[in-house]
Amino acid sequence: MARATTPRRKAFNTALAWAVGLVIFFPILWIVVLSFKTEGDAIRPPLEVLFDAAWTVESYGVVQERSNYVKHFSNSVIIALGSTVLGLLVAVPAAWSMAFVPSRRTKDILMWMLSTKMLPAVGVLYPIYLIFIKLGLLDTRTGLVIVLMLINLPIIVWMLYTYFREIPGEILEAARMDGAGLREEILYVLTPMAVPGIASTLLLNVILAWNEAFWTLNLTAANAGPLTAFIASYSSPEGLFYAKLSAASTMAIAPILILGWFSQRQLVRGLTFGAVK
Amino acid sequence: MGRIVLDKVNKTFGEVEVIPPLDLEIEDGEFCVFVGPSGCGKSTLLRLIAGLEDVSSGRIEIDGEDVTEVPPAKRGLAMVFQSYALYPHMTVRRNIAFPLRMAGLDREEIERRVAHAAEVLNLTAYLDRRPGQLSGGQRQRVAIGRAIVREPRAFLFDEPLSNLDAALRVGMRLEISELHNRLKTTMIYVTHDQVEAMTMADKIVVLNAGRIEQVGSPLELYRAPRNLFVAGFIGSPKMNFIEGAEAAKHNAHTIGIRPEHIEVVGEGGPWRGRVGVAEHLGSDTFFHVHDTGLAETITVRAPGEVAFRAGDTIHLSPRLEHLHRFDANGVRLA
Repeated sequence: MARATTPRRKAFNTALAWAVGLVIFFPILWIVVLSFKTEGDAIRPPLEVLFDAAWTVESYGVVQERSNYVKHFSNSVIIALGSTVLGLLVAVPAAWSMAFVPSRRTKDILMWMLSTKMLPAVGVLYPIYLIFIKLGLLDTRTGLVIVLMLINLPIIVWMLYTYFREIPGEILEAARMDGAGLREEILYVLTPMAVPGIASTLLLNVILAWNEAFWTLNLTAANAGPLTAFIASYSSPEGLFYAKLSAASTMAIAPILILGWFSQRQLVRGLTFGAVK
Repeated sequence: MGRIVLDKVNKTFGEVEVIPPLDLEIEDGEFCVFVGPSGCGKSTLLRLIAGLEDVSSGRIEIDGEDVTEVPPAKRGLAMVFQSYALYPHMTVRRNIAFPLRMAGLDREEIERRVAHAAEVLNLTAYLDRRPGQLSGGQRQRVAIGRAIVREPRAFLFDEPLSNLDAALRVGMRLEISELHNRLKTTMIYVTHDQVEAMTMADKIVVLNAGRIEQVGSPLELYRAPRNLFVAGFIGSPKMNFIEGAEAAKHNAHTIGIRPEHIEVVGEGGPWRGRVGVAEHLGSDTFFHVHDTGLAETITVRAPGEVAFRAGDTIHLSPRLEHLHRFDANGVRLA
């Protein structure tokens, strides 16, 4: 039932929503602000940083000189897209069969897949590290594609499964009655209905893979490091360079923020699918 | 054409026999209703005819052709589903055109047939909408439109009205009956609602636990139910069943008498009891009568307005020419 909203209450709610939004967004905003200050200004008290310190792009220049952004960026793109595409190749048929031809064990298998996400990643770091050394996968993009695909696979399967479950079996039967063969059924009925779900899953997984830091930091060195490694390289034991770290972080998160901004409707739909009709 | 013959058709799911071997003939142009309580196998039987389920053994023939192994698309049947099963990403026009596209008809022919179906079903104004923008009744019409454009050998309806509200249901019931009168195509219609069965069918097939209890016209089933199950299922309100001494008087284990065949009389009727609930509908009055010594409740349908109220004593007289007699196994006695 709709509750009555008075204008005052509405104004209060709007203010509250903005406040919460700002608190969540503040760290990112602050990173962007600091990235446009000199190293000396970046450690001054916040109000001085905002109002007294001069704006400069000096840090970006230094970061560009000191490290190869393009290489890290392309590593990130390859790893995020590669692990996502590989994951979808495995997960689409899996989720498909679980949604449309479930067996008695389907629920158990889904639970088991999800339960692997409950294990702390560091628990399997050592064996995976050793396997990677043996296989020569350490510090390679192939290795990261594989490991990130495996890490995110349960989530992809779950998301796709919930999507496919939403496609009523009767619609497929109707298509069969209407004279559609398997090829037409997939082409004209199933795929158009499944595409939004696959797209949302793809987007979410690209974001998860892009932001993944534990495995990308532990399994790479100079060659395959994505943007997470690029950021980490600016936090050194000798002392933090706030402005440069901020500049590096801004450059690392900008692509994914932009992607997220443009696809937010698709993403929200993907995450709440099945919850609301 | 659309004569459908089931020959010892049987369906098992694993260990469970859902449909024991069953024979049935549906004549060309007939409106045949499968009716029974939920879980009686009526939908499964329809899906076997459609080809959406495989028969475990037996044969299905359409117009003399054995279609037991023929995939659903090739049987020449059209189906209307309970959930309508419209393609949500297509407009009404493309939904109706879909089976024609699958059949490979040329564009002009498709246009012509879609326009005709839309006109018949009052959908012309909605052709460019998507199913999500339509009401329940409109969606149902689109589903029917998608079925009729193909000019199938027979229509299969799987509880098509159960998602509609009561008023709309009566309207659609009429529309489907009229459609049948116009097209004269075989229709098989599954429902759990015996009123739908009685009002629409040429032939009713009463199913219980996968078995056919009786096949006949609505009035045959009403007048001469073969057993207690059919007697209790067909007719509303339900037939009254009386056992014991009163039944023994008529040389039966159980006697049945419909509520409309019991008269409310003044003093001196053979039966008397106390009115529990009186339902005044205007056209009829239903009395649920207790303490008759015959059965826990005897339901009586009196025409018009009859002024008895809860707690009143009422005298009743059964019209014996409408009495149904059953033996100890529940089978009708001649």
